[in-house]
Amino acid sequence: MSTPFYVSPQQAMADRAEYARKGIARGRSLVVLQYADGIVFVGENPSRALHKFSEIYDRIGFAAAGKYNEYENLRIGGVRYADLRGYTYDRDDVTARGLANVYAQTLGTIFSSAAEKPYEVELVVAEVGVTPDGDQIYRLPHDGSIVDEHGSVAVGGNAEQISTYLDQRHRDGMTLAEALKLAVQALSRDTNGSEREIPAERLEVAVLDRTRPQARKFKRIVGPRLVRLLEAGAEAPAESVEKGDAEAESDSEE
Amino acid sequence: MDFLSEHQPEFLPGNRQLPAVKGAIEAPHGTTIVSVTFPGGVVLAGDRRATMGNMIAQRDIEKVFPADEYSAVGIAGTAGLAVEMVKLFQLELEHFEKVEGAQLSLEGKANRLSTMIRSNLGMAMQGLAVVPLFAGYDVDRGKGRIFSYDVTGGRSEEHGYAATGSGSIFARGAMKKLYRDDLTESEATTLVVQALYDAADDDSATGGPDVARRIYPIVTVITDDGFRRLTDEEGSQIARSILERRLEQPDGPRAALL
Repeated sequence: MSTPFYVSPQQAMADRAEYARKGIARGRSLVVLQYADGIVFVGENPSRALHKFSEIYDRIGFAAAGKYNEYENLRIGGVRYADLRGYTYDRDDVTARGLANVYAQTLGTIFSSAAEKPYEVELVVAEVGVTPDGDQIYRLPHDGSIVDEHGSVAVGGNAEQISTYLDQRHRDGMTLAEALKLAVQALSRDTNGSEREIPAERLEVAVLDRTRPQARKFKRIVGPRLVRLLEAGAEAPAESVEKGDAEAESDSEE
Repeated sequence: MDFLSEHQPEFLPGNRQLPAVKGAIEAPHGTTIVSVTFPGGVVLAGDRRATMGNMIAQRDIEKVFPADEYSAVGIAGTAGLAVEMVKLFQLELEHFEKVEGAQLSLEGKANRLSTMIRSNLGMAMQGLAVVPLFAGYDVDRGKGRIFSYDVTGGRSEEHGYAATGSGSIFARGAMKKLYRDDLTESEATTLVVQALYDAADDDSATGGPDVARRIYPIVTVITDDGFRRLTDEEGSQIARSILERRLEQPDGPRAALL
């Protein structure tokens, strides 16, 4: 009978964390920002059909970086949790905090279970409030911990650099066009500091817009509307940004 | 739905054990729902009365609900069960949309509702039937469509107009005489309120416009732009203008004889 090598628990956990981090770092980063009327999700995604962002419930959105099949699994689990909650009690009783807790439990269990490999995902769960004070953003790293974030958050490959960049420049009450511009600038910075261009068709953008009249606040921004917003952001002066936002507003009512 | 039946089957209407009862149970019943298509959309409307035997259980019940962005359900029959069925139906459409990333087709939605009604057959046999009317805008075909059901879940597509509930016989008669296939949206909304007025005229379980309490029929319109419920203001305006005309002509507008 052979005796297995002794591996200290610290070492085992560090190895697992290292494995998960590497998996996440392979994926492209994405950012989640607060703006005046809600929360915007921006990421680079060449696919039109496989989304990184999606709706969980009325006011709750989900963003994930890492392995697609793993976060898709978690996303569907989240939708089920939220829908069951909302059906059993009331639509108001589904909260981002509750959902983030469930995700943290799931990720934590998987991470420390010896039988499974850790999930190579990092999640963001965001809930838009009635006012900006009510906005909640939770970041859930691969090991099942929860980080309560404010203003801006980045996850994925280049996350640390991007979030430093965002922290310095993000401020409360930005318009959607301004927030989008900042997000794209942050995403287009490479690890070595150089910048590259991300064309509009490679961007995936979604918002949780608190001004939407429907109960479901999640909306994807695609096609001409995204291009218009990007252009409005590029023409930096404040007036044109305002104009672009007003235009976007009328667009959403169509 | 599958998830629900696996994990908490007692939540599903069809899986409940029924107590043995003799005779009909007294529970609030909803009454008349009418629907009319027009080029570019469909109108679904319902009166506001719920009855329990010969008593009025509720004057201002709401019986027309949005199912999702492009469809709506109007319910007739046992109010409690029907409201629950609609809630589950809404949940299921939304759940499908979120998980799959695409909406169900209108046919798919209509079929799903059919299965849900069928699962309620046991209750229906004991007098707790639910018979909804389903109307929606078919985005693929670009037109409004109406589906009616029977208690066993049998589904049939109606062309032009449809009604369900106790006052439906009278409402259908009124619509038959007033319907044209080139109605505008505002004509269609007027037509459904006329039909509900006629139903209330001859059926004791259907409520007419209640001017004193300002309770008017609920009228909803579904077009390319999605679901819209007429505001109380718009609803009362239609009802009042009809009422005004009926003061001179109590039986409503006349159709040509030949």
